[in-house]
Amino acid sequence: MTRNKKIVVVSLLIVVLLIAGPLLALKGASFGGSDDAGSVKVEEITGGEAEPWATPVLEQLIGGELPGEVESLFFCLQTALGVGVLAFGFGYLVARKKYGGDRSGTAGDKEKNS
Amino acid sequence: MTALEKKFVSFSVAVAVLFGVPQTVSAMHIMEGYLPPAYCVAWGAVCLPFLAVGIITMRRLVRQQRKTMLLLAMAGAFVFVISSLKIPSVTGSCSHMTGTGLGAILFGVPVTTILGVIVLLFQALLLAHGGLTTLGANTCSMAIAGPLLTWGLYQIGKKLRVPRLPLIFLASMLGDLFTYCVTSLQLALAYPSAQGGVGASMTEFLLVFAPTQLPLAVIEGLLTMLVIMGLETYAKTELHELREGRRGLFHDAE
Repeated sequence: MTRNKKIVVVSLLIVVLLIAGPLLALKGASFGGSDDAGSVKVEEITGGEAEPWATPVLEQLIGGELPGEVESLFFCLQTALGVGVLAFGFGYLVARKKYGGDRSGTAGDKEKNS
Repeated sequence: MTALEKKFVSFSVAVAVLFGVPQTVSAMHIMEGYLPPAYCVAWGAVCLPFLAVGIITMRRLVRQQRKTMLLLAMAGAFVFVISSLKIPSVTGSCSHMTGTGLGAILFGVPVTTILGVIVLLFQALLLAHGGLTTLGANTCSMAIAGPLLTWGLYQIGKKLRVPRLPLIFLASMLGDLFTYCVTSLQLALAYPSAQGGVGASMTEFLLVFAPTQLPLAVIEGLLTMLVIMGLETYAKTELHELREGRRGLFHDAE
């Protein structure tokens, strides 16, 4: 294995461990959002007086909280858009290098310009 | 800069000074409606100069360095992916990363601000995560403060000849942590504790965010490092073109 490959494998392993570790170790934890923990803290500090003075636009439109499943849809959509572009980019770059487009890249551009 | 661009930037700075400074500059996704209106305006104003310079820099990139468009799209996509993943952490609650380190290292702070705002808008409008009233404050923490620290550390580290990969890891990790420090500060300024004032309040918020965020910051550092490794292997031409056009924080091409 090359040095780079080792770095990639070890890094990904650490990432997986860091995510799986807490999930497996903390049995029964609710894993709620830390943003919500933030609003709980606000209420603690102010003594429960923190009333949000605005509600999210979408909640106003549908007149209630966003259903959990729909929320996960939007989160997936966000991930999908990102992964799509990233995968397209890397796919393009890797193929270009593999099929020799990178080396002739600058020369190719000059030809096009002239 | 052209005369028009200069006017554009100085106007945004003027607005920032006018609205931002009197309230003293004071952090991650603050929930919709949780900041008093005066703070919303102040934070929003602080963002304006960065947005203005960001737009100018991006226009210039599109016109003069077309090859870097792919990298720009990928940096934006990285923020999209990374900030959509809610990850369980050691404290038993979930949080997500920012992903803005990559943009900051490749393109500098103002361009990253634009990428960050796009993601924050997406989340505020569709996900009821963050919010329109807190958009300014969230932009300040996630798309300005965090990237600024990452960019700064990266530049200093490069001068000191710190090995590249550990430097990228550290810079993006600390940038992620710093984002949450600024969020804590923002919340603390808006909600000072009755006994200890802003300081005590900030410690409280930090204690909520920091332990959750620490492992996530490590993950963000590692992922940013991996993407840059990938780009350095496969996108040499683009990175070279980017370096040619680079001029520090504001990327002034003159």
